[in-house]
Parts: sequence; structure tokens; C-alpha cells
Amino acid sequence: MSETRTTMERRRSRQRVGVVIGLVLGAIFAAAPVLWMLASSFKSNTEIFELPPRLITDGFSFDAYAAIFSDPEKVRFFVNSYVVSLSVTVLTLLVAIHAAYAFSRFDFAGKRPINMVIVSVQAVPPITLLIPYFGIVVALGLYNTYPGLILTYMVFTLPYAIVMMTGYLNTIPKELDEAVRMDGAGSMTALWRVLVPVSVPGIVSVGVYTFMIAWNEYLFALTLTRTQDMRTVPIGIQLLMGQHSYEWNELMAMSILGSIPVLVLFLFFQRYFISGLTSGSVKS
Amino acid sequence: MQDVIVAPAPQAATPEPPRRRRPLSRTAEPYGFLAPTLALMFVLMIIPVVLVVGYSFMDNVILNATPELVGVDNFVTVLTDSVFLTATGNTLFFTVGSVAAHLVIGLCFAMLLNSPLIGNIPRAIFRALYILPWLFTAAVIAVLWRMLLAPNGVINYLLSTDVEWLASPALALGTVTFINIWAGYPFFMVSLLAGLQGVPAQLHEAATVDGASAWQRFWNVTIPQLRPIIISLTLLDLIWTSQQFALIWMTTGGGPVNVTEMLSTYTYKLAFSRYEFSLASTSAVLVLLMSMVLAFFYVRHQRAGD
Repeated sequence: MSETRTTMERRRSRQRVGVVIGLVLGAIFAAAPVLWMLASSFKSNTEIFELPPRLITDGFSFDAYAAIFSDPEKVRFFVNSYVVSLSVTVLTLLVAIHAAYAFSRFDFAGKRPINMVIVSVQAVPPITLLIPYFGIVVALGLYNTYPGLILTYMVFTLPYAIVMMTGYLNTIPKELDEAVRMDGAGSMTALWRVLVPVSVPGIVSVGVYTFMIAWNEYLFALTLTRTQDMRTVPIGIQLLMGQHSYEWNELMAMSILGSIPVLVLFLFFQRYFISGLTSGSVKS
Repeated sequence: MQDVIVAPAPQAATPEPPRRRRPLSRTAEPYGFLAPTLALMFVLMIIPVVLVVGYSFMDNVILNATPELVGVDNFVTVLTDSVFLTATGNTLFFTVGSVAAHLVIGLCFAMLLNSPLIGNIPRAIFRALYILPWLFTAAVIAVLWRMLLAPNGVINYLLSTDVEWLASPALALGTVTFINIWAGYPFFMVSLLAGLQGVPAQLHEAATVDGASAWQRFWNVTIPQLRPIIISLTLLDLIWTSQQFALIWMTTGGGPVNVTEMLSTYTYKLAFSRYEFSLASTSAVLVLLMSMVLAFFYVRHQRAGD
């Protein structure tokens, strides 16, 4: 009896060692490149490729960050990204909340086909839309402008946001807003006074995800803007790569700065983040 | 999350005198709520798709003021272009390789994180570390790996090699696929972890009582329970990965000599390097058709789950 217990315990502790080794190897795979990026942003450019490589070098400094902040051209990349991403987030939420309200609370002719279109356009490849967009955006005079980028991004964020928002509103009992409407209030009142306040968690996850899509977008930012002062962070990073003879420390600092908004959102809204990631696409 | 729903008092609504019900306006109301969505979708989705399909049957559009219909000529040109065929093969390799590895790594990490042998705090820390790659945009991932994989970079140092990972025709495709694997597995991991936590413990207990080994429990309990999630994730990832542009564009740009050319980079170059907008549209339509096939299976699968 005691013998079997010790073998079981031994097996358990062996398993635990296996799990811990697996976890640590996984963590190295996932996080070591990120750690190296962070460390490199504090090096001087000559130390980036020194041999043997060291995580922390004698030249440790914030110079690369200072160089970015003191260059108005580079600061502008960040301003552009914030303007575009925040606008896309606010507009997407406004439009999606109303659409989701219609899908969740009303029956109307064409509901199913419209819903089908919204779900299926998510699979349309960006590269397919790029060529006609280029023509349309130029024709509308929106080439190389904020509205051009903002409108473009909404076509990618809206379908997802509507699907997810509808799903969230469906979890809220209909009696809640029905009661308000029975009292004579209009649908808009029911939506904004009752449904929106109780949907904050859903709105936050949709908002976070929308912001992230806009912040990370590359292909359309590359094609629909032309001048340096309209470029967003992802394009700015690419320009920095080609422009000078590889200021690697500045590239890494810019990468870190460019990732901070998403990292911060993740840190604060981790729960919403993950539920947004999973619930939008996957039903369990 | 549901517990957040605390019903606000109904009297919060303005105490207006009750209005008469107007059935007509009520039926029109949802269209009002949908109007902005429908307008945007029409202008930014329906019209462009119609345009790009139209372009694919014309001679050079956009640059030419009076394009003419040329029937399927563009399709013949693109489908017989050896670079298009190479790009299709590369996209297939890149996509299938990435998705398979995303699934395997995502499942391994999810199972490690779901292990009852570790405490909650280490679990949370490891989960955050494992999600890290997913939080960086393609531009950042591209410059980071270009630095790590440089001939005099840290990876060559650790392996005692001096390989041009991204510039060697033999290695470039495998290298960009690897980078994409690193960047994309967390999506699987997070979703599969949620799925694993939803597998009823009784199922495992019952299987254990019946004498099933850990391996048998994995194949006969865990995998069947996760099947619907795995199918959804795989189809979504096939759609997304086959459309990948930014990572390729900023690591290899499709080179060296087309070995990492994808359908997305091929299409982009046709349009914006060679200004062959009609041929690019044709290629874009072919890409659209492939995505639609995958999307069809995805929607059908989601329907079946309803």
C-alpha cells in the first residue's frame, strides 16, 4: 500500500518536472525574442551585433528612445496611428452598436441575408479590395488623408464588431429594454439608457480588438498614404529600416514604443481581450 | 461576465406619457439602425468586389481611360504565369505549415497551462508570456526576426553557424514560415485553453476508472471534445494565413528569386510595381475565390454547430 503510494508520488513529481521543463522551454521560445528586442533598444548601435552577444551592454542607455522622441517626423507616425486607431474604434463602436441592436432585438425582412453578408465579408482578402480601393479613394479625393484610412479600416473592423456585439446583446434579457419601451420610451432611449450601460464589458472587448486591428494594419496604410507626414507606425518602422543604414537600436525602440498601446490594453483588459479573441470567431 | 448585468431601475427612463404603438415605424426602425452599416458595406465592400471582378475581364484599367473587355485573356495569362504557380505553391506550403504548427504548438501550450500540477500564479505568468508574440504587429515581428536572424545575429551565434536565413534560396521559405508560426500560435493556444477548461472533468475520471492511459484519454476524450473548436480555428487560420502580406513583404519581399513569393505579394507587385492593374485584379479575384471556398466550409461548420 505505502509502496504504491510512493511510486504514485514519484510518478506525480516526475510528471511535474516534465510539465515545468515544458513550460520553461515554451517560455523561452515565446519570450526570449521579445526580451532581446527590449535589451537591444537600450544598446548602442555598434553593440547590437557584438560578439559574444550580451543582454545588457556597457553602452546601456535610453538614447534610442530619446532619438525617436526628438525627431518630429517619427513622433508624427505615432500621432497618425493614434488619430486613425482611436477614430476607427469610436466610429466602429457607434455603427456596430446600432446594427447589433437591430439584429438582436428586431425581426425584419432581409435579416438573415444581411447577416450572412456581414459574416461572410470577413473572409474577403484585403489584397482583393486593395486595387479597387486605390481607385475609389483617389476618386473621392481621400488618397493620403486620415478619412481615407479610417473609412477603409472600418470595413474590416465592422463585420467582426457587429457579430460580436450582437452576440453580447443576445445574452442580455429582452425584458430589460422591453420594459422601458413599454413605458413609452423610444428604441433609442432603450438602447442608450438601458442596453449600452449594461453592455460595457462587451463594448470594451469589441473596442480593444478594433483598436488593435487598426493599430496593426499595414497593407492599406502602405498603399493609401504617400507622404511621410501621413504614415502610421508600422509603415514608419519599415521606412526606418530602409532609410538609414540600419539604426537597429532605434528600430527596436520604435518597435517597443509601437507595441506599448496594445501591451497596455492587454495588461488592463486581459479578460476582455481573451474573451474578445475567442468569442468572435469560435463557438464552444 | 454575465454577472455584470445588473438591471438598472426601469424608472430611469423619462416618465413620458405612453405613446401609441406605431407598427409601421417599428418595422422600418431596424433599417434605420442598420443604415450606416449597409451604406458602408455597399460602398466599401460590394462595389469594390464588383469592380475588381469587372477589372479582371478588361485590358489595363485605372491607367487606361477607356478599358476594353478582353474576356478571359487575363485569367489565361495569370494562370499560365510560372511565378503565379510558384506563388500558389509557396502560399500552400506557408499556410499549411503555419496552421499545422499553430495547432500543435497551441495545443501543447494549452495543455501545459491546463495541467493540474501547477499553481494559479505560475499559470497566469506563463500564459501571459505565451501570448506575447500575438501582441506585436507584423512590422515589429519582421524587424525583430531580421535582427535575430542576421548573419552575425544572435541565432547564428547560438547555433555556431553563419547562415543567411532570409536570403538563402534554400532556407528563406522555411524561415518565413517559422517566423509566422512564432507569431500566430497564441490565437490557437488561448482558444484551445478555453476549450480544455470546458471539458467536463467527469469524462476524464470515467476514462481513468476504465483504465485508459493518459495517451488514450488524450485521443479519446480531449480531442473529440475539442474537435469543433479545432475545426473552426483551423479554417479561420487557413483563411488568414493564406492572406498574409505584411510579414512576407517586410522580411523577404517575396525573394530571393521568388522563393517566398506569396499570392498576396505577387498580386501587390503586379499592381504597384508593374502597374498591371488588370492582371493584378485577375490574381486578386483568384485569391478571393480560394478564400470563399474556405469561408464556405467555415460558415457551414458554424451553422452545423447551431
